[in-house]
Amino acid sequence: MNISVRKKNNLDTKQKWALFFCAPNILFFLIFFVIPATLGISYSFTNYNGLSRMDFVGLVNYVKLFKDLEFYKVLFNTIKFTLVSVPLGYFTALFLALLLNNEKIKGNSLMRILIYWPTLLSTIMVGLTWRWIFGENFGILNYILQSFDLEKIKWATDSNAAFITTIIAFVWANCGTNMLIFIGGLKQIPQSLHEAAKIDGATALQDFIHVTLPGLSAVSFMIVILSIITAFKSFAMVLTLTGGGPGSATTYMIQYIYQTGFDKMQVGYSSAASMVMFAILLIVSVIQT
Amino acid sequence: MKSNNKLNGFLGILFSLLWVFPVFWLVVSSFKNGTELFSYPMTLFPNNPSFDNYVVALFRFDFIRYTANTAFITIIATVITLIMSSMCGFALAKYKYIWLKVLFICLLATTMLPTEVIMRPSFTVIYKLGLYNSLWACIIPTVGTMTGVFLMRQFFTSIPNELLEAARIDGANEGRIFVSLMLPLCKSQLAILGIFSFRWRWNDFIWPLISLRSPDKYTLQIALRTLSGAEAVDWTTLLAASVLTMIPVLIVFILFNRQIMSTNVSSGVKG
Repeated sequence: MNISVRKKNNLDTKQKWALFFCAPNILFFLIFFVIPATLGISYSFTNYNGLSRMDFVGLVNYVKLFKDLEFYKVLFNTIKFTLVSVPLGYFTALFLALLLNNEKIKGNSLMRILIYWPTLLSTIMVGLTWRWIFGENFGILNYILQSFDLEKIKWATDSNAAFITTIIAFVWANCGTNMLIFIGGLKQIPQSLHEAAKIDGATALQDFIHVTLPGLSAVSFMIVILSIITAFKSFAMVLTLTGGGPGSATTYMIQYIYQTGFDKMQVGYSSAASMVMFAILLIVSVIQT
Repeated sequence: MKSNNKLNGFLGILFSLLWVFPVFWLVVSSFKNGTELFSYPMTLFPNNPSFDNYVVALFRFDFIRYTANTAFITIIATVITLIMSSMCGFALAKYKYIWLKVLFICLLATTMLPTEVIMRPSFTVIYKLGLYNSLWACIIPTVGTMTGVFLMRQFFTSIPNELLEAARIDGANEGRIFVSLMLPLCKSQLAILGIFSFRWRWNDFIWPLISLRSPDKYTLQIALRTLSGAEAVDWTTLLAASVLTMIPVLIVFILFNRQIMSTNVSSGVKG
């Protein structure tokens, strides 16, 4: 009896300690996640404009959203950006990982560092760096094109060219991390599998398709999902690189949510757009599990 | 096979140069003066390298204040992140209660709804808490990072339970076990989280964007954004200022590149 009471007390003190250890995180989770998320959902059913009182308007924001051509355009831009940048980033990272996984190459760790380094830059810096290169009249790229007697490319005023700049900057900035994850994955594949394939007379390509790629499937999956989320979240980089332009040709979801929510003060409408984006991210995350 | 290695090496060098060039070009350009910057033919290296742009960036553009603001946010937020993440990660790894499992799932859910998506309601919360236009608004919301908790939890899971039991039998309470037994064990893990937190906060854009209004509160990233968003961009100042903002992250990377490169935590999860 005595012992079991003591044990129970002991258990309770342990539980109290556990609660104490987690308390700050629980508190911040409630204040900075649960409350904003709930507010976001409720805003989306109101006509809140950030100043005056808000009225419940039902699904009006959502109806407006689905009739808004601008919203479709931004959504389409974002999906197009994701569909191009994620596969391109995936294959670039895989290619670089295969290239630099070869320990026989001198200086390969230095090369890895050089390719990884841009991932440390802020998204603002990534945008700036490429804007300086893609400048229509002052950028080095157009200068090089001209010195080969080629036509200047209107990086800032042509929508397709501007789209390409955002893709290049995104792939450049995110490749290093994915490359490192791929190298980690390549090291996990037992060398004996490659040797067995070689004995069976497999060519390098066959070895790659039947041994390397299946061995990387878990890692690949993670990289694809993470890249999709990162691509969908692109904001500051594009903001500094193209400003979303020309027009709204490179305006992606987060920028649209920011513009409607802060600049135009259509909080209700912006929150409805947020919820659509949340639904998309949720679907992507559910596929992951 | 040998020629294959040569090709590999050649491609490796080509791609590393390709990856380095944009930043390299930014840095060499920052030493050119205004007329040289926009005159043809372009030269790779400046004809008369000078620090003039840097002098302007440092003194006419309020660079020192922005650096101080950013450093304040980065240091305080990193310290709090380390304390909170190790405490919560320890509890999640070493105690078995149902509510802890629920908490873990709740924290995981935060990764699905990034702050970027709920910027406007987050702004409301900041405003109601009276944190608007305060540097603390860039610290407090960020310290409960899921990535940090997850990292520490992973580490503490690998520590054998017998170690804790032994300390309990010796009469140590849980707080003491955590502080004097567990924390010294996870020094290297804390260092890694510290490096990551440093980089997240130094480069953070979202929280400063929604919560800082007056220019004397600006962080470096917001200042860069303001400079680059101007109608007529002042590239001379902007180039020098952007090179300066990279330096602290560069230093941290040079000092800790082995740890950063070898951690699997570089899995791209942002804090």
